[in-house]
Amino acid sequence: MSVADPLPHDSARLHVTGAARYVDDIPLPANALHLAFGLSDVAHGVIEALDLSAVRASDGVVEVLAAGDLARPADVSPSAHDEPLLAEGRVHYAGQPVFVVAATSHRAARVAARRAALRVAPLPAILTVDEALAAGSRFEGGPVVWDKGDAEAAIAAADLVVEGTLELGGQEHFYLEGQAALALPGEGGEMHVIASTQHPTEVQHKVAHALGLPQAMVRVECRRMGGGFGGKESQGNALAVAVAVVAQATGRPCKMRYDRDDDFLITGKRHDFRIDYRAGFGRDGRIRGVAFRHLVRCGWSQDLSLPVADRAMLHADNAYRIPAMRIESHRLRTNTQSATAFRGFGGPQGVAGIERVMDHAAHALGLDPIELRRRNYYAEMPAPRPDRTPYGQEVRDFILGGLTEKLLDGADYAARRAEIAAWNAGQRVLRRGIGFAPVKFGISFTLSHLNQAGALVHVYTDGSVHLNHGGTEMGQGLFQKVAQVAAAEFGVPVSAVRITATDTAKVPNTSATAASSGSDLNGMAVQAACAEIRARMAGHLASLHQITPDAVVFAGGAVQAGGARYSFAEAATLAWQGRVSLSATGFYRTPDIAWDRARGEGRPFYYFAHGAALTEVVVDRLTGEYRILRADILHDAGASLNPALDIGQIEGGYVQGVGWLTTEELVWDNAGRLRTHAPSTYKIPAFGDRPAVFNVALHQGANPAATIHRSKAVGEPPLMLGISALMALSDAVAAFGGGRVYPALDAPATPERVLAAVERMRG
Amino acid sequence: MAQVSMTVNGKAVKRSVPDTTLLSEFLREHLRLTGTHVGCDTSQCGACVVHVDGRAVKSCTMLAAGADGASVVTIEGLAKDGALHPMQTAFNDNHGLQCGFCTPGMIMSGVDMVARYKAEGRELTEAAIRHELEGNICRCTGYHNIVKSIQDAAARM
Repeated sequence: MSVADPLPHDSARLHVTGAARYVDDIPLPANALHLAFGLSDVAHGVIEALDLSAVRASDGVVEVLAAGDLARPADVSPSAHDEPLLAEGRVHYAGQPVFVVAATSHRAARVAARRAALRVAPLPAILTVDEALAAGSRFEGGPVVWDKGDAEAAIAAADLVVEGTLELGGQEHFYLEGQAALALPGEGGEMHVIASTQHPTEVQHKVAHALGLPQAMVRVECRRMGGGFGGKESQGNALAVAVAVVAQATGRPCKMRYDRDDDFLITGKRHDFRIDYRAGFGRDGRIRGVAFRHLVRCGWSQDLSLPVADRAMLHADNAYRIPAMRIESHRLRTNTQSATAFRGFGGPQGVAGIERVMDHAAHALGLDPIELRRRNYYAEMPAPRPDRTPYGQEVRDFILGGLTEKLLDGADYAARRAEIAAWNAGQRVLRRGIGFAPVKFGISFTLSHLNQAGALVHVYTDGSVHLNHGGTEMGQGLFQKVAQVAAAEFGVPVSAVRITATDTAKVPNTSATAASSGSDLNGMAVQAACAEIRARMAGHLASLHQITPDAVVFAGGAVQAGGARYSFAEAATLAWQGRVSLSATGFYRTPDIAWDRARGEGRPFYYFAHGAALTEVVVDRLTGEYRILRADILHDAGASLNPALDIGQIEGGYVQGVGWLTTEELVWDNAGRLRTHAPSTYKIPAFGDRPAVFNVALHQGANPAATIHRSKAVGEPPLMLGISALMALSDAVAAFGGGRVYPALDAPATPERVLAAVERMRG
Repeated sequence: MAQVSMTVNGKAVKRSVPDTTLLSEFLREHLRLTGTHVGCDTSQCGACVVHVDGRAVKSCTMLAAGADGASVVTIEGLAKDGALHPMQTAFNDNHGLQCGFCTPGMIMSGVDMVARYKAEGRELTEAAIRHELEGNICRCTGYHNIVKSIQDAAARM
C-alpha cells in the first residue's frame, strides 16, 4: 500500500542533480525571442507621450508593442476584465506594464525596455485605505456586511469591552523561480504555451481570447513551478498572454521571465488589512459579541480581491463560538499593485483579527490567553448539538479541544510559563514571551462550482501507468501524493506510475491549484479513473476465469484471478488482447456544499482542517531585536497521504506565516513606488530565523468527511500557525511593562515596531 | 567579446562571449547547464552557487571572463558515474526540498561547507550550518530539513 508512505517528492532525484526543468530551462528553437515589459514609474496618470524609437533602435530588438499596436484588446484579469495587458491611456500603479519589447536575448530586451521616453501627466494617487475610504474608491459599490444576531447590543450588555485596531501588512510571494512563460507557435495559428502557473486553464482562456482563437487551439502546459504560494494563480497571465501575442505577431517562439525586481514591482501581493474591532466578554471569559471592520487594500484592479475578502470574513470566527457578530468588509481600490491570492487567501487576516481580540481580552481579564481561547472553542467532535459558524455552517468535526491539550502537554506549557515569568523577573534587557494560536480552516473553494477536478489515466501493456490530472505541482508534493493514490488503486509500486505535466490538452476545464484543494480534488479524480480501468481489467479476467470481478485482487504488483497470478503487465496485456480499453478519465465534484454569497449563509466548506502552535521568543529592549527560541506544532492532516510531505508543508507554512507577521515589510514611498523590491530590502526568513527548537507533529485521525483516503488538505492552514509568533512577541513586549498596558502590536512586528512598542510599555 | 576557457565538470570548454556575460549566464545559456538557477539576479538568494577552483561562488556575481582558466563544478558535475554525491543523497532522503529551485545552490553550498570544516578540522554544528547558509534562501521548507540533510551528509562524507 503506497498511500501513507513518507516517500520523497516525485522530482527529488531530478532536483538534487539539477535535472528538473523549469520554464527557463527548456531549450529554445533557434529563432526564439525574449521579452521584457517597459513599466510606468508613476502611480496614477495620463500617458501624454510614449516615444519608443530608442527602444526600437536598441541592439537586438525585433518588435516593440504598446497597447495601440495590439491586433485586439488583450486582458489578463482573472475576474472582471479590468486589466489590459498594456496600459491604455492611463497608468494605474507604479510598475504597470506600458509596452513590451521582444529582442534576441533576455538582456537585450531588458536594456531596451529602459530606453523609452514615457511622459505621464500625474493624477492624484490613492495609496492608503484612508485615502480610498475618503475618496469612495472601492469595488462593489459599498461594504459587504454580514450580521449574526445583534452584535452591538451584545457588546453593550457585556461585562468587558475591548476595542482596538490591528494593522496587517501585505506579503510578497517570493517564489524562488520568478514568473516565466514560453510560447511556441504551431501550424494553422495554434499556440502552445508552457508557463509557470497554478492555473493552466485560465492561461488558456486568456491567451485564446487575446489571440482571437477558440480554446481548442491553445494548449497550456506546466510540469512544475519553483514555488507558487498563490502568486502564480493569476499573476502569470500577463507573461503568458504577452509571449503568445508576440509569438502570433512575429511567428517566432517567445519567452519571458521577470527579473526579480520587475517581479516585485509588477505583480500583486497578499492583501494588507486594517482590522478595527470591538468585542464584549463576560466575566467568565465567554465572548458575547464581536464587531469587525475589515479595510482591505485591493490595489488597482479587482483580481481575486472579492473572494479573498470573503474568506477573511469566513475566518473571522476562527475556532470560537461567537453568539453575535457583525463584519463589515470594505474592498478598497488603490493605485498600487493589484493584491492577489497568497496562501490562506484572506483566511490568515481573518484569523489574525479574532486572535488579536482573544489576546487583548485575556490581557484585560487577567486570564491565561490559552485558557480564554479554550473556553470559547466550538463544541468538540462528536458534539450532540454541533455549533454553527456565524455564516450558518454546522461545525461537526471540531477537534481543537483535544489537540490543544495534547500540544500543551507535549510542550510542557504550564511549567514553561512559570519558568519564563521567573526568568523575566531577573532580567534587565531581555524578556521572553510565549504565544499560542489555533487554526480552524475551511476547505473548499468558496465559489462552489470550482470544486471539481478531472484526471486522465492510461495503462500500457508493459504495466506502466501514465498519470495526468488538472492539479499543478509547485513543490507541495501534489504529484507524489496523487501518484501514491494511483499506485494503491492498481496495487503496483509508485515507480510504475509515470507522472506527467499538467496539460489543458489532456484534462480540460480545470480549476486553479489553490484553496489547499489540490490533493482532495485531483486525488479523487485520479482514484475514479484508476478504479474504472481496474474494474474493466477485473471484469475481463473474471470472465476468463469464471469468477466474479470482485474476486480479482490487485496487490503487490500482481493480479490474482481464480488460481492464476499475473504480473500487472500480464494482466494489462490480457485485457488489451481482450479488446478492453485501458484508458479512462476520472471526475470528481465535492459533495454537500452550498453557499449563498450575497446573504453570507450556507455550507461553503466540505470540512475543516485544524492545527495549533505554541511559540516562545526572546526580545531585546535596547534594539527591539528578537529570536524565536522554540516552536511546538500539532497539526491535523487527517489520515495523511504522505506524512513526510505534510510535515514539510507544516514547517514551511509556519515559517512563511512567521515571516509575514515579523520581518517581511513592504514599503511604498509617498509617490506610490514600492521601495522594497529585492531580497536586500525585503526580508524573508533565512536560516537563522527558524526556531532554535522546532517540534512538529501530525495529529493522527481520519477525516470524518469522505475525502481521498480520509486525508485532509494541508497547503494553507499551517501558515496561520505563525500567528503564535506575533502573540509571543506581544507577550514579551507586555512583560517590559509588567503587564499593565496591552501592547497592541501591529504586523509585521519588525524590530523597529517591537522597539516602539517596548518604549510605549515603559511609558 | 572575450575568449573564455575553463574546465567545467571535468571537461575543457572554450567560448567567445560578450565581456559582460555572467558566469551564471555562461553556464546556462552557452553550456546549457540549467541546473544552476537564477533566483534573484542580485547575488542574494544563492540558487546559482557553483564551485570555482573548489570554492563556493554565486555565479551571478562573477563574470565568465573572471573564471577564465578556472575549474568549475556545477550541480550537474557532482554525481560520479550515476552515483549521487552523499550531499545529494542526503537531500533526497531527508526531504530537504520542496519546489527544488533553491536545491542546487543549497547542495553546492553544503558540499563546500562540509569540505572546508573537515579540512580545517572544525566541528560543523547545527548553529554553524545555519550561519554558513545565511546567503541561501528557501521559501518552501522552513529550512528544517535542509539543516538535517547537511548534518546527515556531513556524517556520510
